[in-house]
Amino acid sequence: MTSVPLQYYLLLSAILFTIGVIGVLTRRNAIIVFMCIELMLNSVNLTLVAFSAFLGDSTGQILVFFVMAVAAAESAVGLAIVIALFRNKQTVNIDEINILKW
Amino acid sequence: MYNYVTYIILIPLIGFIVNGLFGKKLNSEKISGLIGSGAVGIAFALSALIFIEMLKGPAEERSHIVTVFKWIAAGTFTVDVAYQVDQLSILMTLIITGVGFLIHVYSIGYMHGDHGFWRFFAYLNLFIFMMLNLVLANNFLLMFLGWEGVGLCSFLLIGFWHDRKFDTGGYKPGATTTADAAKKAFVVNRIGDFGFLIAMFMIFTVFGSLAFEDVFSRAIGLLPRDGSLVFWITLLLFLGATGKSAQIPLFIWLPDAMAGPTPVSALIHAATMVTAGVYMVARCSILFALAPTTMMIVAIVGIATAFFAATMGLVQNDIKKVLAYSTVSQLGYMFLGLGVGGFASGIFHVMTHAFFKALLFLGAGAVIHAMHEEQDIQNMGGLKSKLPITSKTFYIAAIAITGIPPLSGFFSKDEILWKAFTQGSTMFWIVGWITAGLTAFYMFRLVTLTFGGEGRYAHNVHPHEAPKVMTIPLIVLAVLSILGGFVGIPSSLGGSNAIEHWLEPIFQRANVNLPIGHEGSHSTEYLLMSLSVVIAVAGIFFARKIYARKLQTSSTRSASFRGIYKLLWNKYFVDEIYDAVVVRPVVRSSEKLLWKGFDVGVIDGAVNGSAKLTAWISSWLRKIQSGVTQGYALAFVVGIIVILGILVLR
Repeated sequence: MTSVPLQYYLLLSAILFTIGVIGVLTRRNAIIVFMCIELMLNSVNLTLVAFSAFLGDSTGQILVFFVMAVAAAESAVGLAIVIALFRNKQTVNIDEINILKW
Repeated sequence: MYNYVTYIILIPLIGFIVNGLFGKKLNSEKISGLIGSGAVGIAFALSALIFIEMLKGPAEERSHIVTVFKWIAAGTFTVDVAYQVDQLSILMTLIITGVGFLIHVYSIGYMHGDHGFWRFFAYLNLFIFMMLNLVLANNFLLMFLGWEGVGLCSFLLIGFWHDRKFDTGGYKPGATTTADAAKKAFVVNRIGDFGFLIAMFMIFTVFGSLAFEDVFSRAIGLLPRDGSLVFWITLLLFLGATGKSAQIPLFIWLPDAMAGPTPVSALIHAATMVTAGVYMVARCSILFALAPTTMMIVAIVGIATAFFAATMGLVQNDIKKVLAYSTVSQLGYMFLGLGVGGFASGIFHVMTHAFFKALLFLGAGAVIHAMHEEQDIQNMGGLKSKLPITSKTFYIAAIAITGIPPLSGFFSKDEILWKAFTQGSTMFWIVGWITAGLTAFYMFRLVTLTFGGEGRYAHNVHPHEAPKVMTIPLIVLAVLSILGGFVGIPSSLGGSNAIEHWLEPIFQRANVNLPIGHEGSHSTEYLLMSLSVVIAVAGIFFARKIYARKLQTSSTRSASFRGIYKLLWNKYFVDEIYDAVVVRPVVRSSEKLLWKGFDVGVIDGAVNGSAKLTAWISSWLRKIQSGVTQGYALAFVVGIIVILGILVLR
């Protein structure tokens, strides 16, 4: 089976990850930052699945399931935090949420 | 039989534990007193049994070592809890338990009604236990245990009435309590202990062992005669002895130790503990024999102490203080005897002194008891008829210490003076002879002011004779004071000097290493003896002549000798000199240099400084914690990029 070579997957994964990182660093909306984190997680998942298929080893896929399960739980918690924040501060702009400091 | 020595030591310890733990609960003077004196009585009986056993056997078989258990084992270094039973230690054991027993019995009467009755007997038994460890130990470390132990007991017993005021005399009058006196004794003793410890370290480095037998048998081979090593070892040991036995320069604690109850003064500060230094020097006689310079120092310190203490005793008005200075003076005689190489004569004087000085102190206790805690002899007088037994026994003891034949003090003191004359120098004899006169004078000043003349006490004081439990020990000690000297009648008087022969095996090694003194002829000995009797009688005569007259007390007398009286009354200002030279500089430097300089400046400064430095750095570093989450993320990413860059480009 001539399929898409591994490098393509990795490249895509790297691009997605970089988009995620830049999103986390530059965006101010908490929900978008949050989505970017999910994007980073999933780009890593993509890498894992690609390697798993390439090496014929299912370990990577199992790991991906774990990551997804945890990410689902994490996103529930994360969104709950964002909602709680909004209720308290009437904003989700993370520039305005900086009281945890010296 | 010799194994009983373990019980001799153990039984007083049991007495201490029982009285110490349950005495308060029992709350019975009868039981506490019985346990306390019974323990010492049994110990005395056992040591008498061992002594009889020893008498039966030949001289070569009299030394035994009883090992109880291994105490310390570290590599090649081992120390056993082992006891050496020989002629010297059994003699000391007999004195300690015998005189100790009598004093315990006496204390039942003396301490009657005291709320710390059980505590007193617990301390006394602990003291006996420690003292027996000191004299029976077969190594330096166990001896040191006893040495420190008796120091502790001395501290506890001097400060027994720790809340009472105590007048130290010329020095800071009325400003001290008995607790201060106890502290002084402890601190001064520590200075001596320091010398003992250093000497012990030196002995260990030279011999690799602390057991007496190892050290003494190899001393001649390992320590060059008159070398600096043996000089320092013996000098430091002697420093320890000066602390415990109240010699110049560390005698200052003993007069203040009179703050304790009188039986304590009798037991610890006259009869037994203070002789520990004499015993130690005698035990280490071989080391001292190898160091002629130290021997000379011992003799000089001894005679100087004997003389100066006697002069200080001339003017004291406190009945116990007079006896305290007399003790210091007599201890000086003992060291003179040791210093000139008459080890046996020193030990002989330890024995006779234990009898008559214990008697003097117990008698003084009976007087104080009768006078309702009055100790000033200026307020006494005329007690002869009121206290017949006490006064008679007191007179016997006074005659014994004065050195009138045939009472015990004559033989032992004369033996020392004779040794000082033949093996030391004529100078020692002359000073010793003058001191004998002073002794006679101050003793009979004391006796005359206390018992003679007419009563000078207030009318509401009604002196009464002490109960039997107190007078019987006095009578027993009086008999011993009379007969005690007969074990050491010199050959010139037709005796056999039994005690010297008895102790000969102990001092054999030392004696062969001593320089040979000139053999004095019998006629010289008779001359010296009669001279010392003459000066003693003269001392008694003058004391009676001056003080027997009505109202002729020391305060009126002092007017004619103002300058010297002031000097003696203030004890040569020794306390003041020590205070100015040692105590105050130490306190000042502790305060200014060690406390405010080093402790506050350096130690506190370092601790607080490091905290301040951390706080200062943090005040800058904490700005990193901006609270901007994306800043953290950026730092995170940059960090990863840098690390990856290093890993890739390396």
